Amino acid sequence: MSDKVAPPLSEERIAYLEGLVHQARTAAAVFSQYTQEEVDRIVKAMVLAGMEQAQYLARLAVEETKIGVMEDKAIKNMVATEFVYNYVKDKRTVGVIREYPERSLVEVAEPIGVIFSILPITNPTSTVLFKCIMAVKTRNVAIFSPHPRAWRCCAEAVKIMYDTAVKHGAPEGVFSCLESHDLEDNKWVMHHKDIALIDATGGPGAVKAAYSSGKPALGVGPGNTPVYLEKSADIDMAVVDIITSKTFDNGTICASEQTVVIDDEIYDIVLEKFAGLGSHICSEQETELLGRTVIDPQTGFMQPMAVGQKATTIARFVGIKVDPATKLLIAPIKGIGRDYPLSVEKLFPVLAVYRAKSVDEALKVCVDVNHAGGLGHTAVVFSNNEEIIRKFGDVINAGRVIVNSPGSIGALGGVYNDMVPTFSFGCGTGGGNSTTDNVNVFHYLNLKRVARRTQASMWFRVPNQIYFNMHAVENLRKFPSRSTLIITNASLEQFGHVDTVKRNIPPETQTRVLIIPDTEPDIKIVKRGVEALNLYKADQIVALGGGSVIDAAKIMKLMYESPQADLEELAAPFLDLRKRVVQYPTEKVNHAQLIAISTTSGTGSEVTPFAVMTDKERGHKVTLADYSLTPDVAIVDPQFVMSMPKGLTVDTGVDCLTHALEAGVSIFASPYTDSNAMQAVRMTFKYLPLAVENPHDVEARSMMHNAACIAAIAFSNASVGVNHALAHAFGARFGVPHGRANALMLPHVIAYNAAVPTKFMPSPNQKGYNAHKKYAMMADLLGLGGHTVEEKVQSLVTATEQLLDQLGVPRSIAEMGISKEEFEQAIPELAKIAFDDPSWRSNPRMPLVTEIVELFWAAYHGRSSAKVAKEARKKKEEAQGMVTV
Amino acid sequence: MTMIADWLKVDGESVAQSVREAQAKLDGAESELVLDFSGVQRVDPAALWAMEALAEAAGEKSVKVALRGVNVDVYKVLKLARLTSRFRVVN
Repeated sequence: MSDKVAPPLSEERIAYLEGLVHQARTAAAVFSQYTQEEVDRIVKAMVLAGMEQAQYLARLAVEETKIGVMEDKAIKNMVATEFVYNYVKDKRTVGVIREYPERSLVEVAEPIGVIFSILPITNPTSTVLFKCIMAVKTRNVAIFSPHPRAWRCCAEAVKIMYDTAVKHGAPEGVFSCLESHDLEDNKWVMHHKDIALIDATGGPGAVKAAYSSGKPALGVGPGNTPVYLEKSADIDMAVVDIITSKTFDNGTICASEQTVVIDDEIYDIVLEKFAGLGSHICSEQETELLGRTVIDPQTGFMQPMAVGQKATTIARFVGIKVDPATKLLIAPIKGIGRDYPLSVEKLFPVLAVYRAKSVDEALKVCVDVNHAGGLGHTAVVFSNNEEIIRKFGDVINAGRVIVNSPGSIGALGGVYNDMVPTFSFGCGTGGGNSTTDNVNVFHYLNLKRVARRTQASMWFRVPNQIYFNMHAVENLRKFPSRSTLIITNASLEQFGHVDTVKRNIPPETQTRVLIIPDTEPDIKIVKRGVEALNLYKADQIVALGGGSVIDAAKIMKLMYESPQADLEELAAPFLDLRKRVVQYPTEKVNHAQLIAISTTSGTGSEVTPFAVMTDKERGHKVTLADYSLTPDVAIVDPQFVMSMPKGLTVDTGVDCLTHALEAGVSIFASPYTDSNAMQAVRMTFKYLPLAVENPHDVEARSMMHNAACIAAIAFSNASVGVNHALAHAFGARFGVPHGRANALMLPHVIAYNAAVPTKFMPSPNQKGYNAHKKYAMMADLLGLGGHTVEEKVQSLVTATEQLLDQLGVPRSIAEMGISKEEFEQAIPELAKIAFDDPSWRSNPRMPLVTEIVELFWAAYHGRSSAKVAKEARKKKEEAQGMVTV
Repeated sequence: MTMIADWLKVDGESVAQSVREAQAKLDGAESELVLDFSGVQRVDPAALWAMEALAEAAGEKSVKVALRGVNVDVYKVLKLARLTSRFRVVN
């Protein structure tokens, strides 16, 4: 049954067509079981049969169609069999056809099914042979619809192929041929639901009908091949090639030359050579007469009666006296378009020539020819000038640009070049086709990609050298330099830390100090730094400070080394660091080593690839992230944090804990980052309260300083999560220090991440959802107890809350004096900003905006998870009829 | 009344012949005919034509035909030939 309203066909006719399609569908189903070996055996037999019958079929074709040259058609039949076989014989077209182990990808061939194949009058039997071989090689079944004036030869070719194929094991019904070529029949079959593909080779009408059917189609239609014969070309070779091609089968191949554009300097000699090899050069009057006769003045297309006729026959029709041995009529034209009838496609041995005064003019005329009905098809250039060949390939829209060889035979592939042999030229969108390829077996297959899960290569990047523990700063002596710039802030200078650093820099080094404000850097500060670096021609930067100073130094180094860097562009968002759109500059005009000495125990900026600056003009933060920003050397010396005030110790310490917890459950976590994250969690839980309680506890300070660095190593490679997204939005809106903002969210985020996600995050590097298990591991590491994963997660939440209580940080947003009304007003914008924050992209659970809002409210109320658990227990006990006193 | 289905093992080497034999048994079948396809690894056009004829005849006689033990390769062929909807395929 057809899907659409049946055209006016008799019931008998419909029954006949339905039978053909039904038989083909059955054959296609059976054929799908065949192995590659079975298929190849059948193909080989078909090829041999086609070769054997090449001359017979050629003779039939010429007798019936009265088109072309028997000898050339015999060659075409051989090319369609032998050359095509040579291309397909070793190709896998059944089952797994290609494997890409390095990509864990396998391509599996699936037959298309029933192909409805429309055949041309110009190349009837060769096209049958070609399409039969393609169909069997791909386990497809074909129903052929020959041109009405080529039915007998096509039917005979189909019969030869069918008998041979079935004899060698192909399923009955593998090929069939419509008894007649009726447009209504074609239309009915084209619309049949069991026709999987239409392969139309023929005139524009057939191709258009195929594409209009709504079915997948390969439609290969007319061309108009321009040829540029450029003055550097081998003229003798070019002239012979053009004659060979244009007279091959009397010019019936649609890739054959149509208009030759010849450089002025060689025009006369070229025409002389054409004439010397049996071409008749038409006079102006003959050209005009020829144009009026062989081209339909109404449509502007060639007259069908001229197609495939000999030059002498055409000359006789037209009334031009030529030598009986004339092979080709050459018609000089002065332009392209409707005023120059011979500038269109002429599938007979009439060739237009154009005299071009310059390369520019020649190329433009070729473009004109190309656009006068030849888009996407074929073009030819004869030249030994590489630049001109390249330019020709650039400006001409053709699926095949044939260089220094005959157009028609060249386009067929496999003879003059290494293109795929074909009898079907894809013409791309210019020709209304879906491909520009030489149509081949791979267009007769559905390719299935079996893609196995791959693990992207991960990374673990840290500074080249990290020196830690008390007096680690002494290692500066290992880094002699010509000119070092210390970047720091005023308070650290007052504390004497700058002097400490200076004392450890080798004496031969010229050392200068740049004092910058102890705030998030802005572009003015960065510019000041870059000016100083240039002034002193620094080859080493020592950044002494907290996150702001070290971040400023990273950006100064970037701009000093690569002044062309555009910070706004470099701050562009990305999802995967390895696939980011914007690349950091690699060309450097200066080189300076960056040594980062941290004076706080939280951000870990001394080992991270991140830097944040403020764009005061635009009122937003610019976050830069690239491993090229990572300092070359990190010095983690606790002597610089011994005097950190309590508040800063708490804020930075909570930041460190958040880094460790988030890196631990990140979707980018790896065994490398896990070891750092877990260790940092353990160290922070143990030493942060001690450092807060007793600021002079060297061990506690030292361990917290190390913990911050270790946590930063973890999140530098695994990133952070939704806690940071919430804290960034909230902190910026209400002016709350980063660590404190983190603290407000932390217990709620742990509970949130440990629950079954509403939406999972795509995470090819993780096997299943494991955030709750990772939290449980952390609880085990901390010795918190619990038997089940749930109990362990709860104990981690409780322990975190207890730690935060112990540190004395605000435990709810309400507690900070922010009214419910004010917070309620801020919530929509906060949620929007938090959702835009890239931090959560590595969170184990994809936060919905509604969930972000819930988390903010949880942080506002400061609902203790322990309290929630207690309430849940109470409810459960009540439900069981127990009374809690 | 308990109906017992007629059972026929399809010969993997001559599927079309077996199916034609099954068709001949339709007249005597109670309500359902079960064809055991477990020995069938591959089918040819003749087999598919025979199955179409069987489906046609079974429909006329109101006998249901079930296919048992059809392997997935053969099942795909039946699917491509649009035959699965004409039988009850039992796993």
